[in-house]
Amino acid sequence: MLGKFWRCALVATVGLGMVSNAHSADPGNWDSVKAAARGQTVFFNAWGGSQNINEYIAWAGSELKARYGVTVEHVKLDDTANAVATVVAEKTAGKDENGRVDLIWINGENFASMKRQKLLLSPGWADKMPNWAFVDVENKPTITVDFTIPTDGMESPWGGAKLVFFHDSARQGTGALPDSVKDLVTWTAANKGRFSYPAPPDFIGSTFLKQALSEVIEDPADLLKPVNTDEFQRTSQPLFELLDALHPNMWRGGRAFPKNYPAMGQMLADGELDIIFAFNPAEASSAIAQNRLPDTVRSFTFSGGTLGNTHFVAIPYNATSKEGALLLANFLISPEAQARKQDPNIWGDPTVLNVAKLNDDDKANFAALDLGIATLKPEELGPMLPEPHPSWMTAIEKEWVRRYGAGN
Amino acid sequence: MLRLAPALAIGVLLAPVACGVLATLLPAFGYLPALGGREFTFDHFATLIDYPGIGRSVLLSLATGLLTTVIALTIVLTFVSGWYSTVTFARVQYLISPLLSVPHAAAAFGLALLIAPSGFFFRLISPALTGSSRPPDLFILNDPLGLTMMAGLVAKEIPFLLLVTLAALPQTSARRSGQIAQAAGYGRIAGFLFTTWPLVYKQIRLAVFAVIAYATSVVDVAVILGPLTPPPLSVRLTQWMADPDIAMRFVASAGAVLQLLVTMVAIFIWIGFEKLATRLVARKRNAGHRFVKENWARLGGLTLVLLVSAVIFLGLLLLALWSFAGFWAFPDTLPRGFTVVNWGRALPSLAGPLTTTLLTGFVATLIAVCLALACLEREARTGRTGGSRALLFIYLPLIVPQVGFVFGLQLFFLGAGLDASWGALVLVHLVFVLPYVFLSLSDPWRAWDPRYASISYGLGANPNRTFWKIRLPMLLKPAMVASAVGFAVSVGQYLPTLLIGGGRWPTITTEAVALASGGNRRVIGVYAFVQMLLPFVGFALATIIPAVLYRNRSDMRAAS
Repeated sequence: MLGKFWRCALVATVGLGMVSNAHSADPGNWDSVKAAARGQTVFFNAWGGSQNINEYIAWAGSELKARYGVTVEHVKLDDTANAVATVVAEKTAGKDENGRVDLIWINGENFASMKRQKLLLSPGWADKMPNWAFVDVENKPTITVDFTIPTDGMESPWGGAKLVFFHDSARQGTGALPDSVKDLVTWTAANKGRFSYPAPPDFIGSTFLKQALSEVIEDPADLLKPVNTDEFQRTSQPLFELLDALHPNMWRGGRAFPKNYPAMGQMLADGELDIIFAFNPAEASSAIAQNRLPDTVRSFTFSGGTLGNTHFVAIPYNATSKEGALLLANFLISPEAQARKQDPNIWGDPTVLNVAKLNDDDKANFAALDLGIATLKPEELGPMLPEPHPSWMTAIEKEWVRRYGAGN
Repeated sequence: MLRLAPALAIGVLLAPVACGVLATLLPAFGYLPALGGREFTFDHFATLIDYPGIGRSVLLSLATGLLTTVIALTIVLTFVSGWYSTVTFARVQYLISPLLSVPHAAAAFGLALLIAPSGFFFRLISPALTGSSRPPDLFILNDPLGLTMMAGLVAKEIPFLLLVTLAALPQTSARRSGQIAQAAGYGRIAGFLFTTWPLVYKQIRLAVFAVIAYATSVVDVAVILGPLTPPPLSVRLTQWMADPDIAMRFVASAGAVLQLLVTMVAIFIWIGFEKLATRLVARKRNAGHRFVKENWARLGGLTLVLLVSAVIFLGLLLLALWSFAGFWAFPDTLPRGFTVVNWGRALPSLAGPLTTTLLTGFVATLIAVCLALACLEREARTGRTGGSRALLFIYLPLIVPQVGFVFGLQLFFLGAGLDASWGALVLVHLVFVLPYVFLSLSDPWRAWDPRYASISYGLGANPNRTFWKIRLPMLLKPAMVASAVGFAVSVGQYLPTLLIGGGRWPTITTEAVALASGGNRRVIGVYAFVQMLLPFVGFALATIIPAVLYRNRSDMRAAS
């Protein structure tokens, strides 16, 4: 431990410039990538609010160390935007090499923003990696189009996400479970204080807002295009009418919000909330396995569909350890790493691979996974609603803060 | 070498604050070429003022700073005046000293676990008294008025103010003045207030300013306990600083300038309070009020101090409990099972931050102690104390709000290419460690009987030999205690570590606050427990090492 510390200290204080790699990474020549990566340290900037995900990343890091001699340092963010801000600041300051961020866990508005500002490693590299062959590009359109923006190989898929709701069957509230966000408003009126959502910009809170918007907007086709700021007042009106009706009946009267979805899990366990949600269908099973939720928790979705997307990893254009980052991205979509990730005892995040394309051993590994008592089968998850164009989220978050985030 | 020490110390304290404030001011007015700002403008302030709820955030910060200080200082004054030189006083002093070393974040977590609607208190009385097996929908944590945050701050300010008051007491004749006042028929509290307090307050005034500055600009406690809609100004600044929209850096800088103003205004209002209070006390004194019926106040003061200690201790106990908890849902008073799994899972990821915390704290403290010793030795040899101006320099990093200059310092380091380096991290810790080390070391050092040195010189030893052979060994214990204080301060640093470390040097404290966002109480329990354990280990070492070294010298033990 001490050895690693001193090496990091030395590298960081003496200046990363001394060990710079002038050549650029070539994902087409994987052996050269492996050779160049040895000894590198990859600073993986990823949301750090969930212990099981942090442990999974630590495991991936130890595998990379053992296999390729690459050290992975997990920079635990509370908002991915922080990492984007770091790269933006570096570009503005002219620091086009030896950046502080090597790999970012990313999707949606942050990806769109980085791609637009040319902050990503290009040309596209994801589809040139060896393990890309297993990726389910055939059946999962969200792998190549992220929130309506084509990925162009500038980010590599890591896991699938679908909005799923959870309730404790042992502590049933009154009335049937809601089947839409509109239903949820009625349900909350009958079960005062038993529902809430994290305040944006928390991604799960933003997802809830987008789910609501997708349900109530007059013309859903508008959501696939960039937001029209002149018309935003009108087009977003149904959403904010719905929220105005929802908030007074929410937990704490809508004047405080849970920090994020793990916090909502604790609140479900304590009986503070009756309905919570997560972006991972196996979240409840995973939490049951880790003593965080009682084993009476069950999942449900809406028959009209819920939002779904893919989350990715991306490499900034000025990353210091590009080769190490490529190796990590490739390892994360290996059948082994993906099967482990889908195990609810570890994390429970759905795979991005097409299991049919795998060899028999890997197929068996996936088939052997017990997805857990609280996880819906893929066919029970209901239709998948597409993510709106990222500009909608920015506009909604801004208006949300103006209306609800500033007190009254 | 020794001659340079005071200048070096002042440099360490002054330069980062000055550079930081400057690098905050320039972008606030639009000048930051690296980010494309070349013209001076007030636009960013206009944007800032237009932000929804900004006025409320400012009021929140201002009110928090003033109210918590008034309450904490009143409790301390009532307790000290009502109980000094009693057995109870000595016992409480023993009880409360360790509380100073508990990092703010750990104390805040403990408080949250205790008083939240789903916390321990409501678990105790549910369902028996509340009639429900669910947590009540009460606005206790993150309440819009910030009352819980203020309570948490008061609880942490009381030990600090109490200890600085205790340090100031020996330099007054509190006991004799008190006896005379009581003989003249005054109550204990009134006697103390009229005779001793003005002298004590003069000495602790800067510490009180530091408390105001801290409370107006605190980030970690506010994130854990404070309101969300909207949060206090300092929390919003931190959010803007991390916004992917680079233009927000300018607004954040303008916000930091606003924060500096808010703290200044708070201190000016406080000075107004001082004048008012002085006049009020003088009037009561001159009118001959003796305040003999004071038992309620004495008991009240004692109860509140004990309550605060109990709350912090209970909170820490809960953190430990959660770190070993299996499934533990409301309204179970205790977990259904205990497990070491939480620790087993956290330990691997704990090792890195722990190493950083230990080494950063150790190096920063070592440098601080050496600098402080050199300054004090120089002072002893020349007989020149820095006077009140030196004291102001020492307090400067504590009085200027952290968010007001650490952001700027970050830009400064970025410009110098030193951002996110370990050296920069140690330096920024040193800025906050040095004042505490100096304050903790200077009193015992100055109280050392100079006749020992005279004897040593008489026997032919030069000043250096006298320092190494006589003075330092005799004052080893205070030096160790000062080191422990310094180390505790370093362990508790949140914002400077986060910003200057650039996320590359996570410590126990930054990890604990980041994990707080995850709401997993078991993991928070583990981290906060380690966070609070480190300073305790430091203080234990400070007691044990001199005792072991001088186990065969009974007079040395007595002397120290």
